[in-house]
Amino acid sequence: MTENLALIFQSLPYLLEGAGVTLGLVGGSLGLGLIIGIPMAVGQVYGNKYLASLISLYVWFFRGLPELVLLFLFYFGLFTLWGLNLTAFTAAILVLGLRSAAYQSQIFRGSIQSLGEGQMLAALSLGMKKSEAILYIVLPQALRVSIPGWSNEYAIILKDSAITYAIGVMELLTRANFIATRTYKPMPIFLACAVIFIFLTYGGVKALNLLEKKVRIPGYAYGRREI
Amino acid sequence: MNELYSFIRDIVLPPLLEGTLVTLQLIVLSIPLGFILGILIAVGRVYGNKIISLFCTIYVLFFRGTPLLVQLFILYYGLPSVGIFFSPFVAAVLGFILCSSAYHSEYIRGAIQSIKSGQMMAAESLGMSRSQAILYIILPQALRRAIPGCSNEIIYLVKYSSLAFMVTCVELTGAGKIIASRYFQYTLVFAVVGAIYLLMVSVITKVINTLEKKLEIPGIG
Amino acid sequence: MPKDEANEVVLKVEEIYKSYKGKEVLKGISFEVRKGGVKVIIGPSGTGKSTLLRCLNLLTVPDKGQVYLEGEEITHAKKNIHQFRQKIGMVFQDFNLFDHLTALGNVEIGLTRVKRMNREKAREKAQEELRRVGLEEQASLYPAQLSGGQKQRVSIARTLAMDPKVILFDEPTSALDPELIGEVLEVIKNLALQGMTMVLVTHEMGFARSVANEIIFMEEGKILESGPPAQLFSNPKYERTRQFLHKISELYGE
Ligand SMILES: Nc1ncnc2c1ncn2[C@@H]1O[C@H](COP(=O)(O)OP(=O)(O)O)[C@@H](O)[C@H]1O
Ligand SMILES: [Mg+2]
Repeated sequence: MTENLALIFQSLPYLLEGAGVTLGLVGGSLGLGLIIGIPMAVGQVYGNKYLASLISLYVWFFRGLPELVLLFLFYFGLFTLWGLNLTAFTAAILVLGLRSAAYQSQIFRGSIQSLGEGQMLAALSLGMKKSEAILYIVLPQALRVSIPGWSNEYAIILKDSAITYAIGVMELLTRANFIATRTYKPMPIFLACAVIFIFLTYGGVKALNLLEKKVRIPGYAYGRREI
Repeated sequence: MNELYSFIRDIVLPPLLEGTLVTLQLIVLSIPLGFILGILIAVGRVYGNKIISLFCTIYVLFFRGTPLLVQLFILYYGLPSVGIFFSPFVAAVLGFILCSSAYHSEYIRGAIQSIKSGQMMAAESLGMSRSQAILYIILPQALRRAIPGCSNEIIYLVKYSSLAFMVTCVELTGAGKIIASRYFQYTLVFAVVGAIYLLMVSVITKVINTLEKKLEIPGIG
Repeated sequence: MPKDEANEVVLKVEEIYKSYKGKEVLKGISFEVRKGGVKVIIGPSGTGKSTLLRCLNLLTVPDKGQVYLEGEEITHAKKNIHQFRQKIGMVFQDFNLFDHLTALGNVEIGLTRVKRMNREKAREKAQEELRRVGLEEQASLYPAQLSGGQKQRVSIARTLAMDPKVILFDEPTSALDPELIGEVLEVIKNLALQGMTMVLVTHEMGFARSVANEIIFMEEGKILESGPPAQLFSNPKYERTRQFLHKISELYGE
């Protein structure tokens, strides 16, 4: 028992460094997903037929494939084929980000559609251009409504980030596995790793709840949270 | 072109189809068992006594708070150190059941709690015991309401079944990885692997939607 | 004294007390209902009428007091309470039909699952009960496809199917649109004529007057007064009763 605790204690700095890498992965891919996901949602709702179906195809592809398959396909396949010489970490952010964009775009699309047409009509009647109406009226509301879905996405990406172990990103699980195989004491190390993940999951969601409260505007109905 | 075709047909496809068979076995076992365990956890959480309810809460907290891959590592690499051994396949199925049950249980719990208390009262006023009322009145309604969430969870499980390979159970993704690294044909092989997953996901989505339509009742949804 | 069947006590209630979080809702309620008797409970809302009815079949457990069904105490039956509840029907203000079952399914389920009757017999009996409330045509419809009045009649059929010794009605028409109230009252009136023993909470005073053989006026968890309708309506003992009846007749225009 004390032996195990000592091992956990010794490994903690190394594991926490891994947790930092995990958070970097999560932050990077959530951010990338956000930057791509918002225009995708707008395109799907307000774009023409062709743009909308192109985006649907993208969403179908990235949501239909397992993350592990995407990692193998892009990291070992396409990125090499395209002559990109990326580190595992960068490749992981790209793949997780492109994949998250597909999911996030659907969160934002749902929020935009939940606003109803009235907001757009009112903005146009003021003489705004469609793009202005989207930028100043629709998105500020839609993004607020999206926060619960978005903090759900955080929890999902956080847990999915562990899969980048498969391409050797030095995140939390990879490091835990490294110690486990060297010390022949997998149980305490993996449990410690699980506990850190639990803190990151629920702690992160809690933090995002606080953010939601900060930007909350009276009268907005927020969706159900699912973690 | 012809060469590429026969490479896919003769070299790539056979192991991939074998892997697909393993994947199908993985999900056919874990989908129903995970769902049933999810029902039990949800019922235990809502209707169980303090101890059962607390146990179910912690169970859900753990399995939803940690990555599936960590759970699989604990099952396959961790447990042997305390004398419990599973084959890769069994470890994977067990991990999928435990993890998906936690997610199912949350959808089902939400659905149970959304059912008006009058339903339970009316059932008990007819002379039903608590367990009869849960079985015949509450669950048939709650499960219908939980279908959209649980369907999502099932689709997720199909995709996450690829993680079985991480505990050395060679299923579709694993078969793809092996053949791709042997011939150094990652893009080609994983394009085929991806197509098979998309096909599986589409078929299962169709099946679930049909089932959903069949179970539809006016006024519940 | 010779045992008179018509005078047999079906339900006897003794000194029922119930508090919620220190707030006393029922303060010693006692009464009895004889076979074929119709007891109507009236009183302001929040007085504890619903709580009282739920105490009678132990959907709510009273803090003190006893309930007897045909001479047997049910208050501390714990394990056997399900058996007693079969014999005490209950009709709710908001129907509480089982939303996943058709009208027929709602009436059947107590028979198949609780009485363990075989399917065919249960179906036959359920159809008969639906006919009794005039809804044999609607047997295959789901609750969401029925009007409020029809829903309440199905719920009455569901209760009747169990062959209860007594039926408790908790404001059975309060959730209904005015034009649908009549059809439900009609069904209940017929039951009274057929000799069903009933305890009814209602604000329909005209109806109460015509079916009740005793009216109980409840206020703040106590029975303030009780008596035959003629006496209570025309000559109440207490000013509070008179005021309440006056207010109700203004509200419901009776
Ligand atoms: N489950 C409960 N928990 C707490 N208070 C309750 C509960 N049920 C009823 N009460 C309280 O008991 C009082 C009587 O309620 P009720 O029996 O519904 O009155 P009535 O049916 O005469 O309108 C009310 O003040 C109500 O708030
Ligand atoms: Mg009431």
